[in-house]
Amino acid sequence: MRAYKVAALMLFAVACAKGNENQSGTASSTSSSSGQSVDLTGAGATFPYPIYSKWFSEYANNTGVRINYQSIGSGGGIRQLSEETVDFGASDSPMSDEEVAKAKGGPVLHIPTVLGADVITYNLPGVTSALKFTPEAIAEIFMGRIKKWNDARLASLNPGVALPNQDILVVHRSDGSGTTYIFTDYLTTASPAWKTAVGKGKEVKWPVGLGAKGNEGVAGQVKQTPGAIGYVELAYAKQNNLPVAAIRNKSGQFIVASVAAVTAAAAGAAKALPANTDYRISIVDAPGADSYPISSFTWILAYQKQKDAVKGKKLVDFLNWALTDGEKMAGALDYAPLPAEMASTVRDRLKTIDLSATK
Amino acid sequence: MTAAPAQALSKDRRRLRVDEAAIGDRIYEILTTACALVIPALVIAIAIAIFAAAWPAFAKVGLSIVTSSDWDVRAGKFGAAPAIFGTVVSSVVALIIATPLAVGVAVFLSEFSPTWLRQPIGFLVDLLAAVPSVVYGLWGIFVLLPLLREKVMPFLRDTLHLGATPLFSGPAYGPSMLAAGIILAIMALPYISSVSREVLLAVPRSQREAALALGATRWEMIRDAVIPYARSGIIGGIMLGLGRALGETMAVTMVIGNRLEISSSLFAPGYTMASLIANQFGEATSDLHLSALMAVGAILFVVTLIVNAAARWLVWQVSRDRAV
Repeated sequence: MRAYKVAALMLFAVACAKGNENQSGTASSTSSSSGQSVDLTGAGATFPYPIYSKWFSEYANNTGVRINYQSIGSGGGIRQLSEETVDFGASDSPMSDEEVAKAKGGPVLHIPTVLGADVITYNLPGVTSALKFTPEAIAEIFMGRIKKWNDARLASLNPGVALPNQDILVVHRSDGSGTTYIFTDYLTTASPAWKTAVGKGKEVKWPVGLGAKGNEGVAGQVKQTPGAIGYVELAYAKQNNLPVAAIRNKSGQFIVASVAAVTAAAAGAAKALPANTDYRISIVDAPGADSYPISSFTWILAYQKQKDAVKGKKLVDFLNWALTDGEKMAGALDYAPLPAEMASTVRDRLKTIDLSATK
Repeated sequence: MTAAPAQALSKDRRRLRVDEAAIGDRIYEILTTACALVIPALVIAIAIAIFAAAWPAFAKVGLSIVTSSDWDVRAGKFGAAPAIFGTVVSSVVALIIATPLAVGVAVFLSEFSPTWLRQPIGFLVDLLAAVPSVVYGLWGIFVLLPLLREKVMPFLRDTLHLGATPLFSGPAYGPSMLAAGIILAIMALPYISSVSREVLLAVPRSQREAALALGATRWEMIRDAVIPYARSGIIGGIMLGLGRALGETMAVTMVIGNRLEISSSLFAPGYTMASLIANQFGEATSDLHLSALMAVGAILFVVTLIVNAAARWLVWQVSRDRAV
């Protein structure tokens, strides 16, 4: 068992070095250039890394508290938190009950920080207006049951658009990712056929298509191949001006993803939350006329009972700051902030973190 | 009378010197032995760690990890056959492309090239080995894949009518086993070419002169006298290139299409073992999934071992044939 862990860490380190060369490079250079000691360390999701690193640097400027964050992926964040090698973790998908039970430091608190969304991007030369999709149509395409762009099911949704008689090439992520989790979570919720045939996960068994690595891989493949369709993060699509589809939400409206539409989805879902929620919630296909349906929280993970009162206090202070001042920076980086009421209830929840440990 | 003690003294001195030398030798011997033992110890330690970590997966899914094509993390099914197939096929494609090219370069440099051209070309070929694999991957995405999709694949399939054979059939999207093979060929080429060039240059002059003296043309001289002499070295270089191809991760992941399916067509996307680990390790949280990825690592380890052993055997066969 011990050898197993050592090997896991070794391979993991290699995988990180290979996969995240640029991210870890910037992370280490920012922390070393400061020349000061690090107060808190965290690890996890790559998706919120741009906003988190903005937060950490602003927070260090304001308070002098240094936070070192390694964007090694949600899975790595959960593992490191479970092994108590970091002060906090970060993940794009909530921990499963099994994972929570295995965490060495006791109960884990899920703290939603910002929201992300997936958009559907495609390459159809000659089609200039945003295509409209229903959840069923998306599921059928990604299951390989709609094979041509001029399929009647797509044509009826897009009257007036000259859809070509061309094969559809599905492009999906090859690496495990929160982006895939959100997308498959959505299809599982919206399409019973998808739920039984594929299901949700950070990597799933794709019925058709090509796998490309990272948002940039998927976007690159779609851009290069006429007839291709894929899904990428909203922030990535906005920053690269990709064509994106309008998707029918639960209220029957066709919505193009935007920061406001994603926050609206969270607000719609938050209304139905019980007071004692653990925030391990999915907001895909959320109610509300303006809600964008393929949206999700991303979480910071922290132990309910902090082992080190000093560090615990620093972490809680930071999270309080992030959920107030930090939220205001989200929009500029194309992350959707939490709805205001929800941010305040999450801050209330932070008060339940146990800082009584003496060490 | 006085000679005896003097003689004894010088004998003592000599013994002392011998002893001193022996101690130095001894220390040196121990040091180098230790260095030499570190390598096998490291290999064994890595193997033990990987196999220990892979054991839960082997115990749970058994042989199906090698024989099954069903890799479904959610359902707890881990069949890595397409990845094993992809690793072997992409490497073989790479060698088929790289070997003639690399040996051709080596023959040109050692036999035909004017001296002033030898250095710069040799340098450029060696430089290929210094390019980071992620750069090859980027080049693959932005240059090779569009070229394959728009020119090479339609040409092979339609113009040459190779589409009738299963090897070159199906739609041309770009990311494919063929793309991976080409990228790997470029990456393996400098290894094969460098080693081949050195062994060709090491062929004695007399060997060449003897062939020429017997009336051989230049081509016959190279074919019958030079290459057979250098054969085991060239095979060694090819195996070095093969080792590079089997383990390459980043560039292949970026161009192979990452589809866990065994297809007879080189135009179809595929997967390799190294890509599978690189893609899934970061987000793997369940113990069985992690263990299954370790198991894939263990299988890659074994495949590499088998290939290397086979290469040794081949070199040994070839050199024995020549000695007879």
